[in-house]
Amino acid sequence: MTAATLPERATGDLAPDEYLRYSRHLILSEIGIEGQRRLRQARVLLVGAGGLGSPAALYLAAAGVGTLGLVDFDAVDASNLQRQILHGTADIGRSKLDSARDRLHDINPHVHVEGFPVRLSADNAREIAEGFDVIVDGTDNFATRYLVNDLCVLRNVPNVYGSIFRFDGQASVFATADGPCYRCLYREPPPAGLVPACAEGGVLGVLPGLVGTIQATEAIKLITGAGTTLIGRLLLVDALHWRLRTVRVQRDPSCPACGTRTITDLTDAVQLCAAPAEVELDAIFAAVPEIEPAALSARLASGESLDIVDVREPYEFAIARIEGARLIPLAALEHRLDELSRDREIIVHCKAGGRSAQAVKRLRAAGFTRVLNLAGGIERWSHDVDPKVPRY
Amino acid sequence: MPVLSLPSVLTSLTGGVHTIPATGTTVAEALDDVVRRFPGLSPRLRDEHGEPYPFVTIYLNDEDIRFIGGFGAAVQATDELSVVPAVAGG
Repeated sequence: MTAATLPERATGDLAPDEYLRYSRHLILSEIGIEGQRRLRQARVLLVGAGGLGSPAALYLAAAGVGTLGLVDFDAVDASNLQRQILHGTADIGRSKLDSARDRLHDINPHVHVEGFPVRLSADNAREIAEGFDVIVDGTDNFATRYLVNDLCVLRNVPNVYGSIFRFDGQASVFATADGPCYRCLYREPPPAGLVPACAEGGVLGVLPGLVGTIQATEAIKLITGAGTTLIGRLLLVDALHWRLRTVRVQRDPSCPACGTRTITDLTDAVQLCAAPAEVELDAIFAAVPEIEPAALSARLASGESLDIVDVREPYEFAIARIEGARLIPLAALEHRLDELSRDREIIVHCKAGGRSAQAVKRLRAAGFTRVLNLAGGIERWSHDVDPKVPRY
Repeated sequence: MPVLSLPSVLTSLTGGVHTIPATGTTVAEALDDVVRRFPGLSPRLRDEHGEPYPFVTIYLNDEDIRFIGGFGAAVQATDELSVVPAVAGG
């Protein structure tokens, strides 16, 4: 992909202060004055102002991208600050868009920031993406990733992709005229619950820094036409053992997005991929009887003998625990059923309720009839019952 | 002997090992060999019918196996198989 495939816009001369600000770009022959003008005229939409969006937005602003669109409906939480370097301690509780706008303008007052304080959806995606040249995917869930991909394919806009989990990262450029799209690599998302989110599985704080800056690099190369992008290649980052490699991603003729073009609008996209995952998650929760934290607290206070089973991992148990709970990680549950009594009521909990819902289903399938899921997990317990239990 | 490389998320199923030597002349045989030693890996590599998942891509060196014969693709002694599951964190 070269810059010639991006829209041409009128490009005036750089102002004197811009020559100084961007001097290190201007003396790169691959960028130069023309490349810097292109950056100034470019409109880049970042979906997500979190771990990946933070470094991507910071570097794109510093590089002189003229307009940065940011889509994020969330507020800054203390647990974000380990990796989301757009935001600071003083920003806790503020909207991420307000926090990001201030930080980006401090870095480069020339940058125009357009904020979209909504969750990207099939209903609003086209309108939000209107007029943007490049979309940077910094989302944190599969449903939005497939939505971004299909949006980019339908609109013929490059999708600068990055994704992270624990110590592993991926980056590529999808949905260009001749290249593959995300569905060519992964036709469908995994079922809900099979792949934990970063909030439950963890992520090395610096990893989105690595991958987000790779995304910023690719966006700059797409805009300026410099070098060779990751079109047709997937960059794999293993930060734990330090291995960086690229593998080939081929365009799949049977891909429903860019191959057969079965997906013709974003509602199709949601129905074809996101909805089953959500439906499955809903089905898991619907089938599992729950107990509210306050109700559990009241029953314990009245002296009832309840078996509270924590199905998180040992390192989570070390951070926070409900008094009297015992640890049986979800993966070990099947092999430790003989430690549980069928005569005693069992309350299962995890961090937020997802893993414990699966545990309740497994226990019921194994013949345990008196099993309840703690609604909202230890997070809700901390919020509703015992604030001394740390949130993480 | 070919090797199977795993992302960190799967190494909890192999005692922390992320590169596993495997025997076999096809991708399927190599995976079978590894799964015999690490049974917990099996449901993360392929479904209950032994078919590939649409959200776990397996590479033979730098090629997606779906384009070179799938699980039946021939494996040489110097080859590397890599499991590249979809991840969504951001």
